[in-house]
Amino acid sequence: MPVIRLTEITKLYRVGVEQIRALDGVNLEVGQNEYVAVMGTSGSGKSTLMNILGCLDRPSSGTYELDGRVTTRMGGGPLARVRNERIGFVFQSFELMPRLTALKNVELPLIYSPAGWWGRGKRAREVLGTVGLGDRMHHKPNQLSGGQRQRVAIARALINRPAILLADEPTGNLDSRTSEEILALFDALYRSGQTIIMVTHEPDVARHARRIVRMKDGKVLSDLPTEQDAVRFAAPVAAESVPEVAGVGG
Amino acid sequence: MTAALRLPVALVVVAYQSAFLALSQIWANKLRSLLTTLGIIIGVASVTTVIAALSGLKQSVLSEFETFGTNKIFILPYWGEGRGRGPRRDFRDDKVRFKPETFDGMLEHCPSVARFTRLCDYNASISKGRMAEQMVEITGIEPSWHQIESREVIMGRPFSLIDNEQARPVCIINDKVQDKLALGRDPVGDWIMIGQRRFTVVGVIKARAESSMFGGNMSDSEVFIPFSTARVSPRMGMICIAATKSPALTDEAKAELTFFMRRQRGLKVDEENTFRVESVEQFVQQFNSVATAITMVAGGIVGISLLVGGVGIMNIMLVSVSERTREIGLRKAVGARPSAILLQFLIEALMLCLLGGLMGLLCGQGLTTAMASIKEAKLDKAYIPGWAVALSFGFSAAVGLIFGMFPAIKAARLDPIEALRHE
Repeated sequence: MPVIRLTEITKLYRVGVEQIRALDGVNLEVGQNEYVAVMGTSGSGKSTLMNILGCLDRPSSGTYELDGRVTTRMGGGPLARVRNERIGFVFQSFELMPRLTALKNVELPLIYSPAGWWGRGKRAREVLGTVGLGDRMHHKPNQLSGGQRQRVAIARALINRPAILLADEPTGNLDSRTSEEILALFDALYRSGQTIIMVTHEPDVARHARRIVRMKDGKVLSDLPTEQDAVRFAAPVAAESVPEVAGVGG
Repeated sequence: MTAALRLPVALVVVAYQSAFLALSQIWANKLRSLLTTLGIIIGVASVTTVIAALSGLKQSVLSEFETFGTNKIFILPYWGEGRGRGPRRDFRDDKVRFKPETFDGMLEHCPSVARFTRLCDYNASISKGRMAEQMVEITGIEPSWHQIESREVIMGRPFSLIDNEQARPVCIINDKVQDKLALGRDPVGDWIMIGQRRFTVVGVIKARAESSMFGGNMSDSEVFIPFSTARVSPRMGMICIAATKSPALTDEAKAELTFFMRRQRGLKVDEENTFRVESVEQFVQQFNSVATAITMVAGGIVGISLLVGGVGIMNIMLVSVSERTREIGLRKAVGARPSAILLQFLIEALMLCLLGGLMGLLCGQGLTTAMASIKEAKLDKAYIPGWAVALSFGFSAAVGLIFGMFPAIKAARLDPIEALRHE
């Protein structure tokens, strides 16, 4: 059974008198322990897709099943609970609370989960250990490097053992070396069984995923394993092997 | 965990969390929080100070009434609303003025009255040798006065029935007169001049307690002489003080006395009273209603300042919501329900107001202490009663909840996507 099943998802925005189709009949299935990168230019609908996958937004039509449960008919409360228990978010700009320590930041989702409340300290320490920050628990975000901050954010996303980890440009604010570190962490999480969906526009980052979904004009342009995607989309550039173009790509 | 338990537990947890969060938020913006709550602080400080002053005043007035005696009833002549000297007076003078025989038979007709004394007073100069004092209050009393007023006789004896019946030239002075006329240690048996007459001092009583309300403007010197001795002219003013058998009988005694007096005066059914029957109880009630009115007015003023304070709270909470839009977005993204966000901001406003209330209360206590230490103000008994403390916190909390509601709802309704995109 897939973790995620999107059926004919359409999202319409009304801007003045004009109607914009941000998503136009998207069908997508993501199985257990997949590592998917969603790529596309700005305006391709990838952010809207991300918001719908994260239950932050509702589609105008179509159904979204997460873990076998249809979320599209849920009210605000149950949807908040789904976000809390089934989804872990990682954002481009980390979104840590500046006044809270790493530990307290990681605990945050459990505050809204009565079931997790009692063991939250222990669980937070555990997850911080997993992301390699066992010795930085009592540091505040401004005492941590960018990479460390993103690790804290990842730990926070993992604390409720989510069905999917949703990462929105997770390396967008990091230098290339730190980016590699974070991507290595994602790889490790994937290998340990975590389902990951990552939105990015950088091919180098997307390359780490096992499957790449390309979006264009609110539709799925292609949905291929990474190797085939590389062949189909990078092949012309590789064949011509024009250094300038490669430089632009990098 | 069962579903039924889930929500209440979640709310308690969030409330607990929010309280801590709110405190840290307030602490992080100390100056801003202080300025914001200034309205609340001033409001609470002023209301508690006013209430403290009134409570102190009430306390001292009531204790004064207490020494005055709550079982006393005054029977006073009454000239009507247009009283005064001119032609406006309603009733003829000889119908209004009391005569010595007016009160004859009172005890037989008024079973609730234990005893009474007729009283007349005038001012005269007193002297002894070269020592003299002008305009001293000379009061003519009957022996029963001693039981009604219960003033302590420190030397000599009280008046006897014979003093009164024979209209003897004897007097009782208070210890102030003793000092002022330099009568020595034991003036009993000595004599003093009252006007042009010579009186023998038979007793000394203690001067009345320092009084802010009654007799504050009077001279401290008092001289008492027997009623019959004092009553040399029929035009002299006379009143009567009756004592009930117990304070609880005051209303009955008043009714009895009114009936008795109307009969004595021969008033017809449609005629107005030409006298007044007033109890100390009545004064207490009057004072209480005045105090209540003042409290109401003060309450109104404080209400306005709390309103202003509340608007300040609302303003700063709106600023806080807009400053923390991203935080709200994140909280929603990780699973905070709108109700949790609402509670968080509501509790922050509540905490802000309660802290303001606490500071206001401390300021009020400071002002009260300062007020109590000013001797001339005679507010040494001023204190903040428990109900005023409860009221202050209650009002602060109400202001927090009412004015915090709009910003909290605004925060709870934020769209998480928009909020996370907010710069």
